[in-house]
Amino acid sequence: MNKKDNFGKKFLNYVKSNPIVVMLVIVAIIVGFTKDNFFSWKNFGNLMSNTAVRFLIALGVSGCLITKGTDLSAGRQVGLAACLAGILIQKGDYSGKLWKMVPEMNMFVVLLIVVIIGAALGLLNGAIITLLKVPPFITTLGTQTIVYGLCLVVTDAQPIGGFQKSFIDLINGRIGNSNGFHLPYLLFVAALFGVIFWFLYNKMRHGKYMYAIGGNEVAAEVSGVNTTKTLMLIYTTAGIMYAIAGWLLAGKTGGASTSMGMGYELEAIAACTIGGVSTTGGIGTVSGVLVGVLVFELLKIVLQFLGVNPYYNYIVQGVVIVVAVALDVRKYLAKK
Amino acid sequence: MSEFVLEMRGVCKSFPGVKALDHAQLKLRPGTVHALMGENGAGKSTLMKCMFGIYKMDEGEIYIDGQKTVISDPLEAWDKGISMVHQELQPIPARTIGENIFLGRYPMKKALGFIPVVDHDKMYEDTAKLLKRVRMDFDPKQKLGTLTVSQMQSVEIAKAVAGNCRVLILDEPTSSLTQNEVEALFRIVEDLKKEGVAIVYISHKMDEILRISDEVTIMRDGQYIGTWEAKDLTTDFIITKMVGRELTNLYPKRENIPGDVVFEVEDFTSINPRSFRHCSFNVRKGEILGVAGLVGAQRTELMEGLFGTRSHTSGTIRYKGKELKITRPKDAIDHGIAMLTEDRRGSGIMGVLSVADNISVASLNKYIDYGFILNTKKIDELVEENRKKMNIKTPSGKTLIQSLSGGNQQKVLIGRWLANDPDVLILDEPTRGIDVGAKYEIYCIIADLAKQGKSIIMISSEMGELIGMSDRIMVMCDGRITGFIDGKEANQENIMALATQFE
Repeated sequence: MNKKDNFGKKFLNYVKSNPIVVMLVIVAIIVGFTKDNFFSWKNFGNLMSNTAVRFLIALGVSGCLITKGTDLSAGRQVGLAACLAGILIQKGDYSGKLWKMVPEMNMFVVLLIVVIIGAALGLLNGAIITLLKVPPFITTLGTQTIVYGLCLVVTDAQPIGGFQKSFIDLINGRIGNSNGFHLPYLLFVAALFGVIFWFLYNKMRHGKYMYAIGGNEVAAEVSGVNTTKTLMLIYTTAGIMYAIAGWLLAGKTGGASTSMGMGYELEAIAACTIGGVSTTGGIGTVSGVLVGVLVFELLKIVLQFLGVNPYYNYIVQGVVIVVAVALDVRKYLAKK
Repeated sequence: MSEFVLEMRGVCKSFPGVKALDHAQLKLRPGTVHALMGENGAGKSTLMKCMFGIYKMDEGEIYIDGQKTVISDPLEAWDKGISMVHQELQPIPARTIGENIFLGRYPMKKALGFIPVVDHDKMYEDTAKLLKRVRMDFDPKQKLGTLTVSQMQSVEIAKAVAGNCRVLILDEPTSSLTQNEVEALFRIVEDLKKEGVAIVYISHKMDEILRISDEVTIMRDGQYIGTWEAKDLTTDFIITKMVGRELTNLYPKRENIPGDVVFEVEDFTSINPRSFRHCSFNVRKGEILGVAGLVGAQRTELMEGLFGTRSHTSGTIRYKGKELKITRPKDAIDHGIAMLTEDRRGSGIMGVLSVADNISVASLNKYIDYGFILNTKKIDELVEENRKKMNIKTPSGKTLIQSLSGGNQQKVLIGRWLANDPDVLILDEPTRGIDVGAKYEIYCIIADLAKQGKSIIMISSEMGELIGMSDRIMVMCDGRITGFIDGKEANQENIMALATQFE
């Protein structure tokens, strides 16, 4: 009896502190019962694979946000990784092959290459922020533009297609039949990284240091935390996550172009915020990030099913972002 | 007409748990310099804030020219001719002198007859006149950032006396000035006096007070002690009046006798020439070394220098004869030094994190299994152990530290440092903002640590605490160590005498 009361209380508390999540879930349920095909395995699979890629990006950004930073270069980094991966994974005999001198490469070797480049870009962000003391917002605004430029240089602004079939098949693969119950492979990738990040944030010293820096950077420094190293690691990890997401996105889409990843950073930041990662630092959980991303993707699908003109999507998403942050800040103010 | 330009009578002001002002008063005659004196926390700043309407008085009245008035905000004070030069200047270095002086009240004119725009010509003309008044020969269009601290201060004074200034408050105006700059300031003060301005001069520096002021008002514990003609006063008399109170707090009995010298600091000097310089001292095993000094004595800065949060140019630190190289806090921690910082909110607690996270952050290396995984059970044990040992009142280790009281937060922070089992503990104002009961508990913890053989350096601005707890007291003034007093022989007078030994 007592336990049940506790559960009830917890549920009420959750509703109170996450009104956006609750509202969107209710809307989704209403849409689900009024529109055909909303509750379908196909739609479920779509939601899962869309969420998976966005989840990896949001996980990368979450560390930056928890330490009171941000990473505006996330989206463009995803784009660069997708394009690079695309170029390297093009079939050897594909007539439109961009880099003719490069032989057909194994997709996992390509993954390794884009991850190394992603790590380097992340480390660059971290070094500028910690060593040159440029605020994260400005640093990543700069690198965002640099990365986009790199992407244009590398691709010559050409769309990239003609991937190895095995790559596309693997990334779009699933357990089960696509018309019936199925679980996309991407879901497992997301779950794997979810577990890794949960472990990193809760069971490792690095995670504790990350929260400490977000909670009070001066106090962390005084307590002997190597804030420079920790922040560099956080931005490097973020870069790696964007690279993996980009590689997956290329395969999922079956092609890549320079516009890929545009605006993803804002969606990731918004998803984190909806999921309870506080803009004032020190607060945020992996499960929260997952909920935030899920809700955001759900919102997109709902809008699609409602037949809303896609141009309006941006307006609705923007409103949700601002409202979510406004509510988050209010939570903080109330505590004061 | 009253003989006083401004009078404050029977001013009371309470904050939760503290009576900051208890029937304080102040009477200012035009054309005089009136020194306002008292220890840290005597209520000088609170009284000034009441005058400016920043704080609302609980009781009391303000009279201007014998007329009872109410001042509800600083703007109103300005209109009534009251202005202040703060100890910490708040300039905008990237803007011109003129813009800084007229910030917020730019002279306006109408462009094309209807668009209100800033009248720059008039602003700079007026600025030139004001600068002349404070004996400064600068281009009003020069960027403020190109001036020295004392010149910026003169600009602040020019700003304060712009308009119809009748009462000018100078809060610790010489704390960052050289001797020549002080002379220049005094000339400005003399000029203003001749113009009939009443000047309230807040300072700890006895020789300055005795030289420049006409009257002296002394406050203690928020109460008005008295007003005297400056020419009748001596330094000793002022000190006695400032500190003369009975000790009301109780301190635990010290049970150990300090052992050999273990921690030595020699010729420690800051990179900032106005901060600590040539400081040498040592601490024995099991000793509590109290550190006394006025605000601005650079005690915190010296300790932060030792701990590696501030840079130093010269000096050596030795522990048991071995020289320590410390350039950042981590080095100090690795060498067994801990520092409880003065600003609990700013550099102590991580408010949104749990008690467990806060208590373990400095010692996480100890709880790692297999080289990467944190042993949360050990962390829970650490929390539980400290909770019992120090009587920390928290529902659980998962509670956010910001929801605890100040005293309990402080205990968590002490626990954070003890987890590393340090040899030398630097405690900067360990009982600031903590209620009396918790204070006693913290004193007991400190005494117990000394008994365990740890060397403790305790900065405090509470005389009673220093005298009650310390084996020895080191006194600082203006960045230098001015002397040591044995704990048994220490009293408020001999500490204050050393603390006001300016060069």
